[in-house]
Amino acid sequence: MNKKNNEFIITKNNNNYEVIIGLEVHAQVTSNSKLFSSSSTKFGAEPNTQVSLVDAAFPGMLPVINQFCVKQAIKTGIGLKAKINNKSIFDRKNYFYADLPQGYQISQYKYPIVGEGTIILDMPYGQKEVGIERLHLEQDAGKSIHDMDPENTLVDLNRSGVALMEIVSKPDLSSPEEVNVYIKKLRSIMRYLGTCDGNMQEGSLRADVNVSVKKKGEKELGTRCEIKNVNSIKFMQMSIISEANRQVDLIEDGKIIDQETRLFDTKKNETRPMRSKEDAHDYRYFPDPDLLPLEITNDFIEQIKSEIPELPDEKKKRFIEKYKLSSYEATILVSDIEISKYFEEVIDKSDIKLATNWITGELFALLNDKNLEISESPISSKNLSKLINLIKDGTISGKIAKSVFEMMIDSDNDPELIVKEKNLKQESDPKELEKLIDKIINENFDKVKEYKSGKEKLFGFFVGQVMKVSGGKANPKLANEILKDKLSK
Amino acid sequence: MSELTSLTLTELVKNIKEKKISSSEITKAFIDRSEKSKKLNTYITEDFASAIEKAKKFDENPNFDLKLPGIPLAIKDLFCTNGIKTTAGSKILNNFIPTYESTVTQNIWDQGGILLGKLNCDEFAMGSSNETSYFGNVQNPINENLVPGGSSGGSSSALAANLTPITIGTDTGGSIRQPASFTGTVGLKPTYGSCSRYGIVAFASSLDQAGPMSKNVKDCSLLLEVISSYDTKDSTSIEYKRDKYSEELTNNIKDKIIGIPKEYRVEGMPDEIEKLWKKGIEYAKECGAKIVDISLPHTNYALPAYYIVAPAEASSNLARYDGVKYGFRTEGENLIDMYEKTRSEGFGNEVKRRIMIGTYVLSSGYYDAYYLKAQKVRRLIKNDFDEAYKKVDAILTPSTPSSAFKIGEKTNDPISMYLNDIFTVPVNLAGLPGISIPAGVDKNGYPLGLQIIGKAFEEQTILNIAYSMEEKINFNNNITDWWIK
Amino acid sequence: MAIDLKTIKHISKLSRISLEDEKAQKLAGDLSSIFEFIEKLNELKTDDVEPLTSIAETTLKFRTDEVKNDNIREKILKNSPAENEDYFVVPKVIE
Repeated sequence: MNKKNNEFIITKNNNNYEVIIGLEVHAQVTSNSKLFSSSSTKFGAEPNTQVSLVDAAFPGMLPVINQFCVKQAIKTGIGLKAKINNKSIFDRKNYFYADLPQGYQISQYKYPIVGEGTIILDMPYGQKEVGIERLHLEQDAGKSIHDMDPENTLVDLNRSGVALMEIVSKPDLSSPEEVNVYIKKLRSIMRYLGTCDGNMQEGSLRADVNVSVKKKGEKELGTRCEIKNVNSIKFMQMSIISEANRQVDLIEDGKIIDQETRLFDTKKNETRPMRSKEDAHDYRYFPDPDLLPLEITNDFIEQIKSEIPELPDEKKKRFIEKYKLSSYEATILVSDIEISKYFEEVIDKSDIKLATNWITGELFALLNDKNLEISESPISSKNLSKLINLIKDGTISGKIAKSVFEMMIDSDNDPELIVKEKNLKQESDPKELEKLIDKIINENFDKVKEYKSGKEKLFGFFVGQVMKVSGGKANPKLANEILKDKLSK
Repeated sequence: MSELTSLTLTELVKNIKEKKISSSEITKAFIDRSEKSKKLNTYITEDFASAIEKAKKFDENPNFDLKLPGIPLAIKDLFCTNGIKTTAGSKILNNFIPTYESTVTQNIWDQGGILLGKLNCDEFAMGSSNETSYFGNVQNPINENLVPGGSSGGSSSALAANLTPITIGTDTGGSIRQPASFTGTVGLKPTYGSCSRYGIVAFASSLDQAGPMSKNVKDCSLLLEVISSYDTKDSTSIEYKRDKYSEELTNNIKDKIIGIPKEYRVEGMPDEIEKLWKKGIEYAKECGAKIVDISLPHTNYALPAYYIVAPAEASSNLARYDGVKYGFRTEGENLIDMYEKTRSEGFGNEVKRRIMIGTYVLSSGYYDAYYLKAQKVRRLIKNDFDEAYKKVDAILTPSTPSSAFKIGEKTNDPISMYLNDIFTVPVNLAGLPGISIPAGVDKNGYPLGLQIIGKAFEEQTILNIAYSMEEKINFNNNITDWWIK
Repeated sequence: MAIDLKTIKHISKLSRISLEDEKAQKLAGDLSSIFEFIEKLNELKTDDVEPLTSIAETTLKFRTDEVKNDNIREKILKNSPAENEDYFVVPKVIE
């Protein structure tokens, strides 16, 4: 594999292959109740306790649509800068499976609620526009549990009927890295809008990955395979690499690639064909006769537009203009709505530059280390803000601040109190520093001589001594100035 | 007073309200007669003990403001009744006990009705003779070994035999009107969307409608008032102001314009039907109505279109019968095997046939040629009616192309069976209301019906026309009780 | 139009209904005559006609996002053929 600039190329036998990737993301809609029934959508409930008669497809049961889910889909469409369709139809997708009680899934086939849109990716090599084909609403299926009973599969229908948005991208993605950025951006937009929490561990976001390869320079697209139900970005990337290589190997061996649906085996790191899907492409779609066409007025859309908060792209622009951040810094700080909120809370009362460095540096390192989201940060925005102010007004040095930061982790204490209690205020009185430095100079006469005769490296020794004697509290900048001055005399 | 079971609903309600008879007396009378009538095989499930209890309770604390105060009735086994087995005439639901109630039946209980039991029907409402039920054929009380029509065969038979004073059925292609015609009773299919489909075992969602089946038009109008309602649990239910059908019932139809569609004069139609139709036209004129010739040019395409749309929807609606959540299950080696065996053993032949047709017409490569085409033809049929209704208020046709035939006579020829619905099917495709009233007999003395089709939501008009003609026709069902020995 | 045995087998797989050859053969015959009957529709030109997908002349009514759920697990599982208080049970599925 070669990675030249923005290219992801697979090379075999001196042939270079590009990879064409399209993603079908299934995002669970944030709502209280399901798409066509009034059952709860809360994650983690005891099996089959959030199942209504409609969800379990009892005879005579009928779907009734949740208005809020429709709004959420429209909101997401607006966030994707996409066309909202005034009329859309719900279709039945017919197939048999244990976790599909109706024997069909209510989805949208020919006339989805949202049409074409775009997502902008911030890549290291510049911005890339990825096209969105469509977004539609559909029911989620229940869960089949294969490993609790040796002879049987157990079925839990809690998830059956929860609203999903299926967001289909155009085949504009060309590398695992772009997939990473795409998923993160899509997730971020939906979290900004509050339409999906993007929690991949809880299954709120999954993707079917479509992969094909073609020789660089050729126009004709290769046969694509679909890898179903990949539930983490890491696995998406691994499965793409594995599948693309499989396809390249086949082509190089002169074999044909069958268009098929595959699963990614995370243990073996390879894709394999799905067993149960031979007839699956005949879903016999037809408009659901229990539901009428969905009509959305322009007024309804405008009303929703007015409820849209500032989205990542706009926020990034504003951060750059208003706070004079670099594009790189802004991208990081808007990447998640919680991060941007935290940032603006901190800078409300403290220095922007320092805040940017501390959040993207120390705080992120801490969160990564403890595997926490920023909303779970052990250090509140209020207290981080105070810490930054203590640095800015010279009360403590940057180095001391790092220690204070560590002390704040366990109990989110007010840094001002910590500094006071532990007597960490830095020494910035020039007179005091002079006294201290004079003492050091006097006690290290021979070293002073050596320094003055040209051993400039010894400056570090004196700096060290100042820190030692002052217990680390000497104002480093000031101490350095005074030292330099005195040693030059 | 004549036998209680011979009284009409209206008479029973009147007598109860005037305290001349009690609910217990009425209920016991119908139960007694039902128990003597097992030969007709109209019941799948009897709920007699419970009915007696409920009647007793009513008598202890009667509410005469209700529309069906203490009135016992049996209903088609397609309506889910809470705690009472509901089979849809099928083996695959032969042990199914719903934990919920259909909206239509709830409306009936709310108005004081008392359940006698669940009546036999063609399996999943697919049939025109009640010969596809897992629970056996139903006999027509008119004569031994005659079919009662279908799919609401148990309903029409029980009604005509006076085992229930009134009942409800469902109509997808004629399943209320055709059995009404075969048994000399009245049957109404309301406008699509007027009665809730919630809790009714679904056959073809865009065609199914529940409706009243009664001995006369007045009774029919009363029951329609009870069952027609807007239901938020059914997304195809329509919100509109329903008339007080029985209160506003009148025989004055002066100047109503009734259309006679020439295309309903089908090739090979028996003379008797033609004669009946002509007689009906005369009656209508005598009642003061104006008669106009109209054309419904796409009539002949209704039956083929129906036999694409209905099976297609059914194939999908019946996918839920898979042995997993409820109903009959045959064990299998794996999931697919279990599905295949369960559905093969659980469904009867006609149901399997229709599921196959439906699956095929929706399948890849055939959708446009069949399903889409049928939906387009459906539009044309509806347009025909819309056009006609610019000139007329209602349309008069025969209900069926023949009288009741012998059990077994048509079972080997599906098409011949399907042709029973030739006059009723266009009405379902267009979503319009239609009523069948008994209008005469054939050379064997078997009943024949006339159908009045109305504009959408104008049930009052067709009820009034039917009421007016009923008086003139003065039909008498000569039931001989041949099955009671 | 003639419906052959192969087609019947394919449809029976799609609709999850097993058929012995003899029954399948009969069904093929029945379906062939039914389809001949249905093909009458080909006499009509319908290129410019809008299909009628919903007869109810109204738009889809909305429901509010309220949870109306008493845990009715017992009711839901009551009718299931297997004896399990928490789950529906089916023969093992192999992906």
